[in-house]
Amino acid sequence: MQVSALEGGFSDAPVQAARAFRAAMSAMARPGTIETVTDATPPAPLSVAAGVLALTLLDPETPVYLAGALDCPQVREWITFHTGAPIAGRSTCAFALGRWADLVPLPGYRIGTSSYPDRSATLIAEVDLLEPSGTTLSGPGIMGVSVLSLPETETIQANHAQFPLGVDFFLTCGDRLAGLPRSTKVEAL
Amino acid sequence: MYVAVKGGEKAIDAAHAWLAERRRGAKEVPELSIAQIREQMTLAVNRVMAEGSLFDPDLAALAIKQARGDLIEAVFLIRAYRTTLPRFGYTLLVETAKMDCIRRISATFKDAPGGQVLGPTFDYTHRLLDFKLAAEGSLPDAPKAEPHIGPVPHITEFLNKEDLIQQEPANDKEPRDLTREPLDLPADRALRLQSLTRGDEGFVLGMAYSTQRGYGRNHAFVGELRIGTCAVEMEIPELGFAIEIGEVELTECETVNQFTGSKTEPPQFTRGYGLVFGQTERKAISMALVDRALRWKELGEENVGAPAQDEEFVLYHADNIQATGFLEHIKLPHYVDFQSELELVRKMRAEAMGTMQEAAE
Amino acid sequence: MSLLAKAPAIRLTALWAAFDAKPAFDWLRAPEVGGAMVRGRMGGTGGAFNLGEMTVTRCSLRLTDGAENGVIGHAYVQGRDKTKAEIAALVDALMQTPSANAVKSAVLEPLLTEGKAAKTDRAAKAAATKVEFFTMVRGED
Repeated sequence: MQVSALEGGFSDAPVQAARAFRAAMSAMARPGTIETVTDATPPAPLSVAAGVLALTLLDPETPVYLAGALDCPQVREWITFHTGAPIAGRSTCAFALGRWADLVPLPGYRIGTSSYPDRSATLIAEVDLLEPSGTTLSGPGIMGVSVLSLPETETIQANHAQFPLGVDFFLTCGDRLAGLPRSTKVEAL
Repeated sequence: MYVAVKGGEKAIDAAHAWLAERRRGAKEVPELSIAQIREQMTLAVNRVMAEGSLFDPDLAALAIKQARGDLIEAVFLIRAYRTTLPRFGYTLLVETAKMDCIRRISATFKDAPGGQVLGPTFDYTHRLLDFKLAAEGSLPDAPKAEPHIGPVPHITEFLNKEDLIQQEPANDKEPRDLTREPLDLPADRALRLQSLTRGDEGFVLGMAYSTQRGYGRNHAFVGELRIGTCAVEMEIPELGFAIEIGEVELTECETVNQFTGSKTEPPQFTRGYGLVFGQTERKAISMALVDRALRWKELGEENVGAPAQDEEFVLYHADNIQATGFLEHIKLPHYVDFQSELELVRKMRAEAMGTMQEAAE
Repeated sequence: MSLLAKAPAIRLTALWAAFDAKPAFDWLRAPEVGGAMVRGRMGGTGGAFNLGEMTVTRCSLRLTDGAENGVIGHAYVQGRDKTKAEIAALVDALMQTPSANAVKSAVLEPLLTEGKAAKTDRAAKAAATKVEFFTMVRGED
């Protein structure tokens, strides 16, 4: 294992993981809100926000799928050392990490069952732009409507149409992240 | 229906303070240390580790002290603590064939290769109270002889050579884990064994005894009972290979059971298996008997309707924490529940009395 | 590493206290207590089943002094003693440096000797309880 794989984790895990979890939870509970996280320095090409989410949400019992350029030795080793999560394929993963274009299309990810809709994947998608403008969001956790820059809308609409089944998303860009649960309705302006 | 009750905070605090005082007992008697419990109440510590499903003698000793010696309460404390531990991973399979044995006996072969080693056993004591223990005194060292270092083979392996006993081939199947998913029936043998090894000793003993008395009889002999320590190895991702992360004391029991054969199998012996943390041989033997009874389906035997053959009955009732949780909750406030029952009974009585009066008139 | 994993915390701490070339280091992963699920074999030789957990403490660190700068040490030790894990990781790191021989004779060799002695002592007591059973011939009625 490379030395760089051992660096860049939380230096004060209990406090930093709690803070990061709060950010992830708020983002998912209030779609359209953008949270900033800073406590990890993952290896490139993983963004800080995606790295912090990985440290916070992954553990040995959450198989993780690395898509596209993120499926590289540096990222694999970093995730293995810091979280213990086993590397898996897209059909068995609990979490998927990658650039949006490498993660889609969605068929193939676990979307849960009608008895257990929670047995589904959460996709952590790296995007080039993340700002409160663009597509209109509405649904649970949103007072009226909110706006968020989305990489595309059709895929997300199709996912929403399967509710209560489906996947959930985190969108990450640099040190910023936003949540987009399957319950959110999106409409392009 | 459950309704929150309010109040009683002061009374609860006072109850806890008194509990602490009673736990300590008479102040003129010296306080027990964790080390004393660990070293001198070892078999209680072992039981708490086995049923708490966590090997850590110091923690089990602390739990026994905190629970005032109530072992089920201590198991409860260990189970609660266990849930707070991040899971670093699953170990490689413990090789009991390489166990450093302190005890190894066989009821089937008197000349077992490797010898019969009694170890620190109660077996040949007279069960007479030893009043010398009431006084503190020095103890002579236990006698020693020329030591045998290294593994001793499993006795059932000898039957294996003649194909007289059913084989237990290794496989790569990932076993289900009760600590990660709720018990779901039908259970395979791996799940049954996990459930039994952490099950209540009294319950598993009772079930095993019932098979001996005829409820699903399976004619068990103890092929081998061994107690000792085994190394535990785990793959470490950052190293890229497995290392020893410690050692655990285990009791293993293999029973040899009669089997008349089935449509597909010629007559041969079958096995029951018990493996439990610590020196816990009553539990290990019981586990092996119940394991064997539960295997009726895979061995093509008849279900005679015995309790020990009923997977649902055994597995759903073996866990003393589940059992005690459900049992003891009925002493907690159920006022609204009971109020409705009370009104119902009053109403039914009034109706019944009315009818009786009408009949009398 | 297995020697360090199994060593009694008190002994390891005492031996380390007597070792005078203690290096400076940074944490890569501060000591954390967790559990490992121990697995057994069904029937002693068969497939896996989950037996129960054991407590484990792990940590990783990097030496920061002069020539040893950058050397990494890992530890996975039985129990919940964070100091024991720290010492084990330091010893693991030092074993990859020119101090290897010094730390071996100051810490590892005494642990090995003591471990062997304890094992032999136990085996000798077990040997004293070795029994020969004789079957009595049943008389003809």
